[in-house]
Amino acid sequence: MLGWFDANLVSILNGFAIGALLFVLAVGLSIVFGMMDVLNLAHGAFFLVGSYLAVSFVAGDSWGGFLTALGVAAVVGLLAGAVLSGMTEPLARRPILDQALLTLGISLVVAEVLSIVYGNDVRSVSPPPGLDGSVDVAGSAYPTYRLMLIGVGLVLALVVWLVVERTSVGALVRASVADREMVSAMGIDNRKVKVAVLGIGSMLATVAGVLAAPVYGARPGLDETILLLALVVVVIGGLGSIRGALIGALVIGQVESLGRALLPDLASFILFGTLALVLIVRPRGLFAGKVAHS
Amino acid sequence: MSVESPPVVSTADGAPDTTATPWRRNRRLTVVLGLVLLAVLAVVPLFVDPFGTNTVSRMLVFALFAMSLDLLVGLTGLPSLGHAAWFGIGAYTAGLVAIHWSAEGLVTVLAAAVAGAVAAAATGWLAVRSGGVFFLMLTLAIGELVHQLAQSLSSVTGGSNGLFGIPSIRIAGTPLTLAGYVYWFVLAVVLLGALALWLVASSPFGGVLRGIRDNEARMRSLGYSPFRYKYAAFAIAGGFAGLAGGLFAGLVRIVNPSDTGFTTSALLLLAVVLGGAGTLWGPALGAALVVLVRDTFGPTLDGHGPLLLGLVFIAAVYVLPRGFAGLAGLRRRRTPRSPA
Repeated sequence: MLGWFDANLVSILNGFAIGALLFVLAVGLSIVFGMMDVLNLAHGAFFLVGSYLAVSFVAGDSWGGFLTALGVAAVVGLLAGAVLSGMTEPLARRPILDQALLTLGISLVVAEVLSIVYGNDVRSVSPPPGLDGSVDVAGSAYPTYRLMLIGVGLVLALVVWLVVERTSVGALVRASVADREMVSAMGIDNRKVKVAVLGIGSMLATVAGVLAAPVYGARPGLDETILLLALVVVVIGGLGSIRGALIGALVIGQVESLGRALLPDLASFILFGTLALVLIVRPRGLFAGKVAHS
Repeated sequence: MSVESPPVVSTADGAPDTTATPWRRNRRLTVVLGLVLLAVLAVVPLFVDPFGTNTVSRMLVFALFAMSLDLLVGLTGLPSLGHAAWFGIGAYTAGLVAIHWSAEGLVTVLAAAVAGAVAAAATGWLAVRSGGVFFLMLTLAIGELVHQLAQSLSSVTGGSNGLFGIPSIRIAGTPLTLAGYVYWFVLAVVLLGALALWLVASSPFGGVLRGIRDNEARMRSLGYSPFRYKYAAFAIAGGFAGLAGGLFAGLVRIVNPSDTGFTTSALLLLAVVLGGAGTLWGPALGAALVVLVRDTFGPTLDGHGPLLLGLVFIAAVYVLPRGFAGLAGLRRRRTPRSPA
């Protein structure tokens, strides 16, 4: 058992790194849907925007480029979320399919614009200095950057948990997930909340894109792959649940990494199998709240 | 494409189904229009050059494909974002059957239809357990997985190079080499498929599907099992999508992983929404238009067809919420579809 663990340590660590990234991505998707009933299929495209921003700004051996990319990505994400909020406002009373179509259209446009600007080649991004080496983990070399990614994911999970569970903003978030009409009846401007939530949700996507760039690089089609994984995470975890997003991300991270390493031919089946298994036992995901999102 | 007027379909609560009334009201006009369309479609190869004939063939295939999706989206109220999976599975099946076993036209398309239905049945039980946004996400996930499978199983599917070298369709042992003959074969199969789909839609079974779309709780309390009906609809839709895929493989003679992917599914959903979900003829028209636009303007956009597609999506949501069918004023009722 210990031998097996040693042999697959790198895969397991990779799984945690992927899980950390997926958490950052999926928590945005999950909050946006849970709170505002907006299914943002452009989430993957926003992620790819972040990755390409990293391609643009990261140059040479300095933290400057990486931090600039993060900052620009955060601003772009906030703005994109605000625009999305305005665009979905007229569709609030329409079937969910309309919002899905709108965000689908946005994602196609964004992905194509990116491919026009950056071309169709696979771009790689080097990690910031100090994190571009590898460290010794129980006898095997492991890239420092990915370890840092795991740390960032954990810290972010903790921050999100603290904010949601311990602050008044978090109380507002929880109340909106549970009963949005009641929240607005208590005098809270729903539209402002919506702009803020979509802004933060989209920001998480673009920031995740920058963070992922040194691992995944940037290429056309990455947005769909990432959106699929994020959707699976959200479905497994339960819509609107932050704990669910964390557990789902960790599970899917391991499925993606360990599953691919152990059974490379069956990776897609394992992903679907996990999804099926969870939904057989819990049709609304692991941590679906007592929310009326039927 | 059907020329007869359907019988009045009643939903389970006895109220006449309003989607059927426009047909009744305009019966004579519909029959005339249908016959004219049939006549025009039948003589296309005699007046159009082979390239144009090929384009019209593809429009027909996608019309059938869109109608199969409409069975889910429009009739049952299940918005699927992974319908290209069954189309792709059908296409790969037809291609593989033609390469390794028999290129007999009917054999390949029937094998494709069966493969589509079986694959949809194998995964559908999971997807139809939940409606609304969960269904959307699950079908998207299933579709992407089929897409990845098509790409990774390169020994069978040819991977990202696509499955090529599919022999031309044979009828009774004779290969159909001229575009016109292939067109007539495609037209015949598409018409039969459309007729079958229309029969399904206007049957009591189709009435139950509409009932589930409009009020699932009531259908359940009336003793129907929405799960079973939705599951059956999913498998049937998968079968017809597979049939369309089989035709596509015989027509284009190369199958790419992207034919099973997200963009194809999205294109189809756009066709259904543009045409007007729930009318069958609307989505068929929408698909024909979308394919025409894609194949005519696609090359001039330097491979950035999806950009145009995306813009049309965004515009369609705001400008044409009920599609062409809504524009024509034929569909008066505003259906409150399953609000997630």
